Amino acid sequence: MPNLSTPQPLPPGPLVIKAFSTSVQCGFPSPAEDHHVERIDLMSQLIKHPQATFMLRVSGHSMRDAGILDGSVVLVDRAIKPESGHIVIAVVDGDFTCKILQTGPDFFRLVAANPDFADIVPNDGQAIEVWGVVVASIVQHAV
Amino acid sequence: MLALVDGNNFYCSCERVFQPWLQGRPVVVLSNNDGCAIARSDEAKALGIKMGAPYFQLRELERDAGLIALSANFALYGDMSDRMMTLAAGLGHMQEVYSIDESFIDLSGIPGDLVLRARKIRRRIHQWIGIPTCIGIGPTKTLAKLANAIAKSAERKPGSYPAHHAQICHLGECNAQELAALLQATEVGDVWGVGRKIGAQLRENGVHTALDLQRMSPAAAKAGWSVVLEKTVRELNGVPCIEFEDEPPAKQQIACTRSFGHPVTELIELQEAITEFACRAAEKLRKQGSHTGHIMAFIRTSPFRKQDPQYSRSASIPLPSPTSDSAHITQAANAIIKRIYRPGFKYAKAGVMLMDLQPATREQLTLDFDEVMPENRVRLMDAMDQVNQRYGRGTLKLASAGAPKAIKLWAMKQERISSGFTTDWEGLALANK
Repeated sequence: MPNLSTPQPLPPGPLVIKAFSTSVQCGFPSPAEDHHVERIDLMSQLIKHPQATFMLRVSGHSMRDAGILDGSVVLVDRAIKPESGHIVIAVVDGDFTCKILQTGPDFFRLVAANPDFADIVPNDGQAIEVWGVVVASIVQHAV
Repeated sequence: MLALVDGNNFYCSCERVFQPWLQGRPVVVLSNNDGCAIARSDEAKALGIKMGAPYFQLRELERDAGLIALSANFALYGDMSDRMMTLAAGLGHMQEVYSIDESFIDLSGIPGDLVLRARKIRRRIHQWIGIPTCIGIGPTKTLAKLANAIAKSAERKPGSYPAHHAQICHLGECNAQELAALLQATEVGDVWGVGRKIGAQLRENGVHTALDLQRMSPAAAKAGWSVVLEKTVRELNGVPCIEFEDEPPAKQQIACTRSFGHPVTELIELQEAITEFACRAAEKLRKQGSHTGHIMAFIRTSPFRKQDPQYSRSASIPLPSPTSDSAHITQAANAIIKRIYRPGFKYAKAGVMLMDLQPATREQLTLDFDEVMPENRVRLMDAMDQVNQRYGRGTLKLASAGAPKAIKLWAMKQERISSGFTTDWEGLALANK
């Protein structure tokens, strides 16, 4: 827990990384290019709809083959219309699950990115709601 | 025309976005210290739980009726409010945030079908952040507020008003007969600005419904009651006369936010603005005899200046102990602004919101002796309000250079608080758990 006696900034906001806008070339660099240093705002690269974007933490290994590992944080954009093939956060029996959405004219299922996990298909009368579309995932590495 | 966009059962709805298992179940959110209910889901209302019901009376319903009682999570509500307000602002040109979950939008000059436009914004807010809202539209603030109440009742209590007013109600589109019927179906006490006391007096004088009040002569309202009621009567008749400064304060939260006349870039300027907003909000707070336990502040660039880099951020802070002291409130708001300010942006708007309001008398129950507002401090605030009332706003101001005092977290009793789903990296909602 962060110390609550100081204000906690609310994500998302700019996260700034310095980068050069030109590729590295051999020979004499153009002097004008020295002034073309731009900052990449990582958050604005990843987040297209700031108000609609939320973060969730995924646990378990069911999305392993999609690169979402146990403990990964996913960025979820609720402004995007879910389509078949999207990785989504869905609500199944009141809990969040992260799976691949597969829909067709006569079927709807949630598929894991790991052959060890069975597909989730709604039972009769069971409503499965897509909560949002996963647009990025973050894996933090030990340092 | 004006619109009032209002989140339904806002605190409960925020909790449900991140805890979907709460959908369809009766939920209440408890005040600081888990004292009493300050928000109720529709299901909780259906159980007969009243606003302000003390928690000990609800224990039975927790056991027998599946009621879920949660501690207030103001950091979450503040962030969700910030998101909702930004989306609601898309309805018109100007927005005035009235409370944590309500904002007035100026629709003048907006072409096309306003109901359709409102429906689109409502759908967007629901899809993007998961919060259900109701939108009331009318030619004055009082009528927009009334339209909003009608939109809510028509949705929640079928039969209370015609069903087509559910979710979105546009009083400006009703003909005289329809409008009269809607006003007739509204109790006078439910009109914005008519409190319990005045409501009772009005009923004693044969004024039972909003229609009766609308038909009262403004002169009689002024002579028999006050200028405030006179304004209410005029507003019910479609004549705008309630400015931001005259608004009756919200019961649950107080907001003071404003767009700047010109873009602001420097921290010092923002702090001046925030100090002013915080003082105004504190004044409103004292006027209604409340204390605040949690402060939120935000700064934003203009979404209409698309060529400029955009920045929007809010943060909230719990107070060491509930207070109505301008100095403490200002200091907390400034601490937030200092923390969220980034140079290089043209700021267009800033605001302060006071949350976790509670009666000033309740403070005596706290055990935090250091923080109890000393008697002379209460008198100082009284004197300041009186001077400002008499000689004009801002005659007496705080010198913002008051010695900063460390803000410590008062040991709040929050046994059932949900985590900082949007504010705490360690507190994110879990999928596949």
